[in-house]
Amino acid sequence: MISFSHVSKHYLGGREALKDVSFVLDAGEMAFVTGHSGAGKTTLLKLLAAIERPTAGSIIVNGQNIGALKLRAVPFLRRNFGLVFQDHKLLFDRTAFDNVALPLEIAGYSGNDIAKRVRAALDKVGLLQQERAMPVALSGGEQQRLCIARAIVHRPAILLADEPTGNLDADYAASIGELFRSFNQVGVTVVIATHDQTLRAQLNPRVIALKQGGIAS
Amino acid sequence: MKAWVTQHVRGLRAALARFAGTPFGSLFNILVIGFALALPFGFYIALDGLQTFALHGLDSSGPQLSVFMALDASRDDVTKIEQHLRQQQHVDKFHLVPRDQALQELKRSSGLADVVDSLPQNPLPDAFVVSANDRSPAVLEALRDEIQAWPHVAHVQLDSAWAQRLDALLRIGRFAAALLAILFAIVLAAVTFNTIRLQILTQRDEITVAKLIGATDAFMRRPLLYFGTLLGLASGAAAWLLVTGGILLFNRELGSMTPVAITSFRLGYPGSGPSMALFAMAATLGWLGAWLAASRNIALLEAEPK
Repeated sequence: MISFSHVSKHYLGGREALKDVSFVLDAGEMAFVTGHSGAGKTTLLKLLAAIERPTAGSIIVNGQNIGALKLRAVPFLRRNFGLVFQDHKLLFDRTAFDNVALPLEIAGYSGNDIAKRVRAALDKVGLLQQERAMPVALSGGEQQRLCIARAIVHRPAILLADEPTGNLDADYAASIGELFRSFNQVGVTVVIATHDQTLRAQLNPRVIALKQGGIAS
Repeated sequence: MKAWVTQHVRGLRAALARFAGTPFGSLFNILVIGFALALPFGFYIALDGLQTFALHGLDSSGPQLSVFMALDASRDDVTKIEQHLRQQQHVDKFHLVPRDQALQELKRSSGLADVVDSLPQNPLPDAFVVSANDRSPAVLEALRDEIQAWPHVAHVQLDSAWAQRLDALLRIGRFAAALLAILFAIVLAAVTFNTIRLQILTQRDEITVAKLIGATDAFMRRPLLYFGTLLGLASGAAAWLLVTGGILLFNRELGSMTPVAITSFRLGYPGSGPSMALFAMAATLGWLGAWLAASRNIALLEAEPK
């Protein structure tokens, strides 16, 4: 489902964020990308979602070579992913419901379909009661769960999360860990970039350890 | 197909919501563009009114041609010309002034009865007074040239100088109106461009996030294009109201002045043709400004460089 082969990424100015990274993830796998800050975790996720392009090597997702993808095709690639951000990237001018509805509106679902799916997603993360709440009225943990609801509402095949428990206390982090486990159990491929050891112990995933941009042996 | 309709309805709804969200800003935008459009549109409508007045209202008889027959023309020749005139499509009506009648009139009106009586023969030719049913100088001149070429026609006289002068003036006026229209079209597109650009900047987060979760540029552009088009349409409507209101006041003022010479003069209200053209142009320009702004600025907001 996801394959990196000899992928490198240089930024302007010469910083080498990834060096010759190769791995293969099967559909339905759960993997953690670990490493210190600056090891290249975020870069790896960005390359996956075609937010950035690799300098060398090839990345295949669902049989598509992301490095060679036309700009026009990028939005459609991204619809295969659910993205969970450390800073949530919620829109503060609209309700929880409308935040979660956004991916479905983008994909052109009808109003009825949207309402059904959004409520299902909010229910899944335990926020059904807060569907009319504005994001500012939610706690940090709730905001992160809202972000997860938005990431899974269109039932993506692959869930990408960047430090999803970064700002949360242990209880919240554990409940979010359980959410990821439940998605993985229904067949979603889950890739989480994190240095949260507790989460790792909780989920016992496959680990891709990065060290200074390369795969640590 | 259904998804396509849904997307467009959403785009339209989002655009309307944006108007509702900033009622005062939108209102002033509409007024600025409305005034800008009202100038050339009003100018054009006024010119149109002037031309109609000049061609149909100035005098009831309109332009006439005097057709003088040759002195040796026989009755038969005159009858032939009569038939020709009857078949000519641009001739409204005509009447014959026989040479004898013309002579009698000359005698009566000039007080030259003695002189006329002393003439050995009638020096006046048979003549036709022809009214044309078209008042454009080109048609009148063509008509004159045609009649001139008929047999036994000595001379055709057309008093078209005033028509030509008026036509030239109106042409200059229309050119000025077109020039104004182009200038203000640029203003409209520029104002829309800027409005949409600012909107994109305030919606930066939304656009960035939407792009990250798979929104196409077309998806982001759609509500903005609707916004621009609606802005143009509303401004067109504002311009139409301004011009129509202006004409209403103008005509009322004219009515109260009652000057003898121009009581019949009224400016016409914008017809459906020019009105539709105004709306279409305003909507198109609004769309264009939005499209330029959206294409440029959405592409600039490529997914967050962290």
